[in-house]
Amino acid sequence: MPSRAIPYVKVLVHALCLLPALLLLRMYFNGTLALEADPVNYITHFTGDWALWMLLGSLTITPLRRLVSALSWTIRLRRMIGLYAFFYATLHLLTYVLLFSGFDVPAAVAGVRAGHLMEPWTQLKLIWPTMLDDLKKRKFIQVGLAAWTILLVLAVTSPQRVLRAMGGKNWQRVHRLVYLAGMLACVHFWWLVKTGVRTPWKVTAVLSLLLVMRVGYWGLKKMKTGKVAVAA
Amino acid sequence: MLLLKDREKEIPSSEITPKNTYEAFQMNRRALMAGLGAMGVAAALPRQAGAEVKIDGLVTTPYAVPDRAVTPEEKAKSYNNFYEFGEDKGDPAKNAYKLRTYPWNVSVEGLVAKPRTFQFGELFHLRPMESRVYRFRCVEAWSMVIPWDGYSLAELIKVVEPLPKAKFVQFISVENSKEEILPDGIRWPYSEGLRMDEAMNPLTLLTFGSYGETLANQQGAPVRVIVPWKYGFKSAKSIVKIKFVEKMPETTWNDLASDEYGFYSNVNPTVDHPRWTQAHERLLNTNSIFPKVVPTLMFNGYADQVASMYAGMDLRKNY
Repeated sequence: MPSRAIPYVKVLVHALCLLPALLLLRMYFNGTLALEADPVNYITHFTGDWALWMLLGSLTITPLRRLVSALSWTIRLRRMIGLYAFFYATLHLLTYVLLFSGFDVPAAVAGVRAGHLMEPWTQLKLIWPTMLDDLKKRKFIQVGLAAWTILLVLAVTSPQRVLRAMGGKNWQRVHRLVYLAGMLACVHFWWLVKTGVRTPWKVTAVLSLLLVMRVGYWGLKKMKTGKVAVAA
Repeated sequence: MLLLKDREKEIPSSEITPKNTYEAFQMNRRALMAGLGAMGVAAALPRQAGAEVKIDGLVTTPYAVPDRAVTPEEKAKSYNNFYEFGEDKGDPAKNAYKLRTYPWNVSVEGLVAKPRTFQFGELFHLRPMESRVYRFRCVEAWSMVIPWDGYSLAELIKVVEPLPKAKFVQFISVENSKEEILPDGIRWPYSEGLRMDEAMNPLTLLTFGSYGETLANQQGAPVRVIVPWKYGFKSAKSIVKIKFVEKMPETTWNDLASDEYGFYSNVNPTVDHPRWTQAHERLLNTNSIFPKVVPTLMFNGYADQVASMYAGMDLRKNY
């Protein structure tokens, strides 16, 4: 891939990553979302699925580059795809806060329209106790929130400037947390489905494969450098 | 009589019913015409996998939910937990057309003086069909308001004369690997159960229809129970066997995860499911994406009719 082409590829990947969100918006505006039997449930699963898939996408790049050297340019897409994982995870979290928890969206909107700009805040305070209680009691929400928090840290530390300020070593240490985020996201999925339901097995298998490939690569490298050391 | 609506309009290819669906529809229609005889049948056009047929002579009843709008029919028929046809709530509406609901027999057996296998038509005509609007509360914390058509299960129970030893009623749903998906992880056939007094409670409805039509397959056609003060999974679908037993029967979800789903599973806002609160519910009765989240009512609002059955019981333990 000539580096001149990369900006175009980036535009294309941006468009692809935004497509799910645009589809959801389209469903909202043309009314098909409202016709879904349980729109909130639909939005929750939609945003959660895409957050997870984007995360897996960004985790695919490194093993892919190691396997196919012709694809090493894809490193330049990694941050972007990772940020989209954070974007969808944030939509997922907002869905929980604004739609799942009982937050009165029509009342908040009506308030703002009538000039009471603090109305959304008032509404949020109303449901805050329920939400905290939910968080305290439910492990699957705790691990989900932990995964989102990691993604937040990674997003905040993602600009080049921050990388330079932190130093490559430190930055890499922090960004290895992405593996933990992936695992937490899968656990979140397993813990929320009903006992007996096995839907999360596919993403779990993909994540496991991506992690095993890293461990394998690391082991191979160890072995090679070990041999070199012995030969020397 | 089959009424074809909008005949003159050209039908877009997207609306053309798949052949297998049409055949299932034809089969069911014939079956109903033959089986129900005197019922007087006016067929509605199939929407999706629909083989629903209008039920004539419905008796109106005082069972109503005046403070809540009825759920749009499309929603009630497209969002179903019927794991035999897939784990996603949209799956049954896609897959359940394969279920052959005719001929259909229900074996009523066990500790009864008069065990008997009912042909569907006999069961359908046993008592006048009533229309009752009930709240429907899923254990997943969403709810609907649905007009069901049927008669009290007690009417059937009286006919077979349970023996004094019979303490529980077990419902077995159809299990057929040719027509159903039957996902791994759940032991089939689906089994549910009620205590004898719960089964005899007039609210417990042996249900043949909804919205004035016979049940759609994904709702548990051709016959199911509706137990409105319990979480939805207690209301067994597509029943083939009703068994009177002495001991509390094994029930599917309780068997899978007894810490999550008790045998009683009465709707109770004070006892949370381990993974979500049961204190409130998303009311799916409008075409709005902003759901009304309403407080869940004790016994789903049927405390007056059912609370006395549980007097003295610790409902935190017997959840």
